Amino acid sequence: MLDDFMMRALLAGLAVALATGPLGCFVVWRRMAYFGDATSHAAILGVALALGFQISIFVGTLVVALLMAMVVSVMAGRGWAMDTTLGVLAHSALAFGLVAVSFLPAVRVDLTAYLFGDILAVSRMDLAIIVAGSGLVLGLILWRWSALLTATLNEDLAHASGLSPARERMVLTLSLAVVVAVALKIVGALLIAAMLIVPAAAARNLARTPEIMALCAVAIGGVSVWGGLQLSLWQDTPSGPSIVVVAALIFALFTFVASLVQKRPGR
Amino acid sequence: MTLIQANGVCVHYGGRRALFDIDFSITKGEIVTIVGPNGSGKTTMLRALLGVVAPTHGKVTRKPGLQVGYVPQNLHIDPGLPLPVRRFLSLPVRRSAAQIAAVLDRVGVPDVEAQNMTTLSGGQFQRVLLARALLMQPDILMLDEPTAGLDQPGVASFYRLIEDVRRDTGCAVLSVSHDLHVVMSASDRVVCINGHICCEGTPNVVRAAPEYRALFGMGTGGALALFQHQHDHDHDHDHHKEDSPHAG
Repeated sequence: MLDDFMMRALLAGLAVALATGPLGCFVVWRRMAYFGDATSHAAILGVALALGFQISIFVGTLVVALLMAMVVSVMAGRGWAMDTTLGVLAHSALAFGLVAVSFLPAVRVDLTAYLFGDILAVSRMDLAIIVAGSGLVLGLILWRWSALLTATLNEDLAHASGLSPARERMVLTLSLAVVVAVALKIVGALLIAAMLIVPAAAARNLARTPEIMALCAVAIGGVSVWGGLQLSLWQDTPSGPSIVVVAALIFALFTFVASLVQKRPGR
Repeated sequence: MTLIQANGVCVHYGGRRALFDIDFSITKGEIVTIVGPNGSGKTTMLRALLGVVAPTHGKVTRKPGLQVGYVPQNLHIDPGLPLPVRRFLSLPVRRSAAQIAAVLDRVGVPDVEAQNMTTLSGGQFQRVLLARALLMQPDILMLDEPTAGLDQPGVASFYRLIEDVRRDTGCAVLSVSHDLHVVMSASDRVVCINGHICCEGTPNVVRAAPEYRALFGMGTGGALALFQHQHDHDHDHDHHKEDSPHAG
């Protein structure tokens, strides 16, 4: 079954959607959109370093994404002007990464695959790493769900309930770095943040509880992956943008329908 | 029995000295209100007692296993987060439908459990926050400006509710406020702060204290007195005559 590249692609995409669904909800609730950008754009720098030092791409992106996520997390804790700082970090990370890649000697680096994803080229090894990473993130979020939600609502409230807001922040930071590392192959560095935010934002229109919103985000992410995969296969489009296009169309549709429902007389 | 004790606590915040020389304790069943003008360190003091901010000097001791029911100031809920009241009350510990119905009834908003938190009125919202705090079965309730944004009858009935809760459960109540007149009647003890503790005692003692008058003035003239007066110095003065501002 895994010999079929279509099957591998679909499984890998769905595994990523399982992790990005609930994590994306937290990114939306905590207004961490730029945080996601900074971390995922740093992945390109990770790719450059991995190729330069001849280590696994996965390890390279994981380490750099983790470092970036920690830097941002510490700065957020110190009350920096986050919008500007994150904007600087996100775009600088990307620029440094792209420049670093150009220095690599005699390597035929197909950057498009890392920038935009290449879902049809997922190998068995890639699939194993993606499933393991996504499973880890999903498990972490499910385990800490209630604590994460409380800390998201109000950190002092979480503290008074005997939780450690700093630890919950660390759980999200770690999850984000792992998701960036595993989603690189599927969505590409430029659009990982979109894969986190767009399905969650679309799900907001459907959901009345946080749990349902996370489930809907997973479902929407899964449908987007499937749609993007088809687009990529038949139209030879890059997979990341294709997946995000489908997700964005779903978002537009749900938002439109939700606005109609709200305008209905008697509500 | 002492629930929380602070000895010589100083807190620095962003390079600024927000609190200094705080000696404070609260015992079981007491209602204590911290009052002070804006920027006087009221919220910082509450957060230091809660353990959210670590003191720069001094020590805060909490009774081991102390259960705190905390009601934060201005709980902002992102519109992207759908949160019905019953789900909010189950954070972080899952509560049964019966527990939720009972506590909402207790705080006087019996029919809101299916409503989204963002659709509640100001008064309902504060009562739901209180309900969540009560579900912790607290030894002490800590309330940060719990009546901000409520109208006068709303404030009065909220404080009556707090008194009832104290009578029924025997928990201590530590609240922070700047709306003095309503708060004071409900308190066993009032602590007036402006960076440090200016004065403390029963509501009547504090009301009569020159330090309190210096901070707030009396009656409707209070706001004016606050703006005219340079406070950060010793309190042995006649502030009608001595106009020269001098830092302490």
